Amino acid sequence: MAVKAWHVTTAKLLLALAVALMIAKVILPPELIRPPEWLVLPFADWINAAFYFLQNDLGLMSLTRAFSDVVEWLLNVTANLLYGKSRWPNIGPIPWGVIAATAFMAGYALKGWRLGVLSGGTFVWIALMGQWQWAMETLSVIVVAAPFSVSLGLTVGVLAWRSQRFERILNPILNIAQSLPHFAYMIPVVVFIGVGPKAGAIVTIIFSVPPMIHMTLLGLKKVPDEVIEAGKMCGATRWQLLTRVRIPTARAEILIGVNQVIMQCLAMVVLASFIGMPGLGQKLLQLLQSLKIGLSVEIGVTIVLLAVTLDRLSKAWALRLPAHDVPSPRWIDRNRLLVIWLALCAAAFVLAQIFPYFLEVERKQALSVAGPIDSLMDHLIRLIAPVTAWLRWFLITWVLIPMRDAYLWLPFTAVLMLLAAVGWAIGGLHSAAICVAYFGLIALSGWWDRAMITVYMVSISVFVAALIGLPLGIWAARNTARSARILLICDTAQTFPSFIYLIPVIMLFGVNDVAVVAAVVVFAAVPIVRYTIEGLRNVPPELIEAADMGGATRRQVLWHVRLPMALPTMLVGANQSVMFSLFMVIIAAFIGTQDLGQEMQRALSSTDVGKGLVLGFAVAFMGLMTDHLITRWSEDRKRALGI
Amino acid sequence: MTESVITCSNVSKIFGPNPAQHLADMKANPGLSSAGYVYAVRDVNLEVRRGEMLVVMGLSGSGKSTLVRCLSRLIEITGGSVTVEGRDIASLSEPELIDLRRRKMGMVFQSFGLLPNRSVLENVAFPLEMRGQDRATRYARAREMLDLVGLKGREDYFPRELSGGQQQRVGIARSLAVEPDIWFLDEPFSALDPLIRREMQDEFLRLKGMMNKTIIFITHDFDEALRLADRIAIMKDGRIEQCDTPDQIVLHPATDYVAKFTAEIDRARVVHIGSLVRPLSGPASGEPVAAQRTIRDLARQLVSDNRSQIPVADAEGKIIGSVLRQEALDVLLGDGR
Ligand SMILES: Nc1ncnc2c1ncn2[C@@H]1O[C@H](COP(=O)(O)OP(=O)(O)O)[C@@H](O)[C@H]1O
Ligand SMILES: [Mg+2]
Repeated sequence: MAVKAWHVTTAKLLLALAVALMIAKVILPPELIRPPEWLVLPFADWINAAFYFLQNDLGLMSLTRAFSDVVEWLLNVTANLLYGKSRWPNIGPIPWGVIAATAFMAGYALKGWRLGVLSGGTFVWIALMGQWQWAMETLSVIVVAAPFSVSLGLTVGVLAWRSQRFERILNPILNIAQSLPHFAYMIPVVVFIGVGPKAGAIVTIIFSVPPMIHMTLLGLKKVPDEVIEAGKMCGATRWQLLTRVRIPTARAEILIGVNQVIMQCLAMVVLASFIGMPGLGQKLLQLLQSLKIGLSVEIGVTIVLLAVTLDRLSKAWALRLPAHDVPSPRWIDRNRLLVIWLALCAAAFVLAQIFPYFLEVERKQALSVAGPIDSLMDHLIRLIAPVTAWLRWFLITWVLIPMRDAYLWLPFTAVLMLLAAVGWAIGGLHSAAICVAYFGLIALSGWWDRAMITVYMVSISVFVAALIGLPLGIWAARNTARSARILLICDTAQTFPSFIYLIPVIMLFGVNDVAVVAAVVVFAAVPIVRYTIEGLRNVPPELIEAADMGGATRRQVLWHVRLPMALPTMLVGANQSVMFSLFMVIIAAFIGTQDLGQEMQRALSSTDVGKGLVLGFAVAFMGLMTDHLITRWSEDRKRALGI
Repeated sequence: MTESVITCSNVSKIFGPNPAQHLADMKANPGLSSAGYVYAVRDVNLEVRRGEMLVVMGLSGSGKSTLVRCLSRLIEITGGSVTVEGRDIASLSEPELIDLRRRKMGMVFQSFGLLPNRSVLENVAFPLEMRGQDRATRYARAREMLDLVGLKGREDYFPRELSGGQQQRVGIARSLAVEPDIWFLDEPFSALDPLIRREMQDEFLRLKGMMNKTIIFITHDFDEALRLADRIAIMKDGRIEQCDTPDQIVLHPATDYVAKFTAEIDRARVVHIGSLVRPLSGPASGEPVAAQRTIRDLARQLVSDNRSQIPVADAEGKIIGSVLRQEALDVLLGDGR
């Protein structure tokens, strides 16, 4: 307790210092307002030099080229099979009916006809809407990249599990990797590989590996001791123990890793349109840039359907519990699913041979709802235009610009002191030092103003997201059916690639800061709602009953029992929310912001690795700092509550 | 005396940051603080004879599991030595150890330790798979084992589809599949509810009767120990307080702890006439009683008989001595504690 009090006193002192710095801004020497020239370190040049060395002197270039050639060859094979690109083996394209039937059967076999209809229906929709080629371009990358990531992640995960030293080195790298924005991955890849599908596939592989490593490690550590001991007593060698005991027993975690890999692949492959990856992402980007709302909605629906299908299929696979079959003597009974699948495929093949429509839906045969959507949207927009226009004006002039100016007005020393105060209040000297170190590095990088704009966008978005998400979560948690429903919506929304969130906001607000903030708010509200519900629903019922018996009103129970108990879980949501908004703010940069994201886009188009990575690290540091503070706080709360 | 299969001398297992160093320091300077170290097993000397069933018992945390894991080298011991069939197991190379486990040892675990993604049949066949047997042979053998434990018809089930008792039967079948000479059972029934536990004990006694194995059985339940044991080793804080036959343990507890431990036991159920036998002093008169009967079995006769000395006969009917009726009655009535 004494320690705590001392922390608070120090924090107050630091806060006072920060306020003093703000008040005294007029008389401060300029070195204390913005990092002076001589303090800004040329990180970008150093990174560029390092990359130059890797690329040219170490001969890494030829290695990456060799790897990318393998990837390209595989991409060509899948491209031929999925959409008939004229490459070896020259047998494609597989008729869309076959793929839809296969998807249907996969869903049916894994979880029953509902999932079957969802996954089969997704592919039918894609075909009928005339988006087959684009969707298959996207899918062909996932088909190649996901197995690479999975095997890479599994291998690295096993190595990290075997050697504690390796794990200790790997952990911080993984933490940074998982907080680096998507674009930071693209720039080095462009340097090494160039642009195009090959680069898109490779960036996708790299981007989706970390969760696989993480889940493999987690799974291997969770295998019960007795299972391993049983394996040893059965005389298993180390290799047998790994391949036949540990990995199979960690199956669920490893397959959840596969699920995450697939979802990360999809998110990345959509964004890889920025480096010339063809497919749904590129189409969406073009349509959004030319404000073709109807058509972008169509593509958006496809991406969403694809995301939900891939997620549900791989999750169903991961969560499937082993169960015995009733043995049946007849072959056909035992292989019923196989037979149905073969029959469906054969039928689809025959249809495709007779009617070209079933081989490929031509653009002019395609259905489209773009026209009606456009006219509907026109109506709607005309209807609500006064409101949105006013809202936009109000937000920009009275909220966003003043806030941005305030953030930019702050002397950087005051910001550092403020962060030190927060850090000290939460975790003492250690946390304060971490906060100051992360933001100090950002200051040293010379991108302070841009970084402050990013911070302003993230903080206002998370604030608004919390204003919406907390009441929504509290309301939803009041009843079981409702919370299940809202949780399902949140889970589904979280599978969408972030890009998708831009469609409706651009529709409503056009291309400006308000649209960005709106997209980020929606994206960031999802985890807040989700964890608020989970936190509140998991409060032990005895506690609530005890409070009820004590005569507390519903509001008192909420404020004094449920919310405090749920706080640690809700903080996890807040943490995710900040992470998501950082990523989203950076992605949204292409609709015109002036933050780090915009600079990152510039670095991408001029393939400036140094600059790109410095910006990426700046974003990662913001994320890591928030993560540190929130995790620390949440752990303290948990300890205080004895959970 | 029959030969010993496992011999422990001064076996110690210490958990902590640097146990070997700590053990050496403690030898040099016994007054040293052992903060941060757990003495799970200390200075255990034990001999397990071929074909006997040794029950290790003690409260939870007394080091029972650690001790058997030392015997099978699932964990490395800190001090002392463990010899299995004449070979110091600490000196075995990894392939030799694996070979020893594949051919000689079987183990049953408290929480079963089954592989969740393999069917019952594949679980039981697993040790045979490790030995490199072909599919048909190992499945045939696994089926045989499943018959033996009464799980016929459940071959294709997965562990999670079975009840606790059934899962433990799978564990037993698996450990028996390779016909081990040495069979370790670490609290095999304590995760089961009392009714099933009783049933499993009967099942176990049936299996035990069918084969001649050296068995080390762990339990924290004294009744279970009494039902099964040839000899009982009682552990406390990593030490073996006493290792002897059940009769000797209840009649002559070596330490206060053992005495307290056995205080609640109905000694008449445990003590056999044979363990009260004294040399004959004078001519034996009348009908002898059998040495392998317990005092409880003979309660009625002991009370009504008016001889002060009753002759005792062994299994073949040969007179081996006599028992003082008063002494037997003391045990029966719980006097003389
Ligand atoms: N891996 C381990 N690391 C540290 N301490 C352990 C470990 N395994 C067991 N212990 C400690 O050793 C003591 C004996 O444990 P154990 O042999 O499991 O007892 P039992 O099986 O009799 O319940 C306990 O105090 C336990 O906490
Ligand atoms: Mg134990």
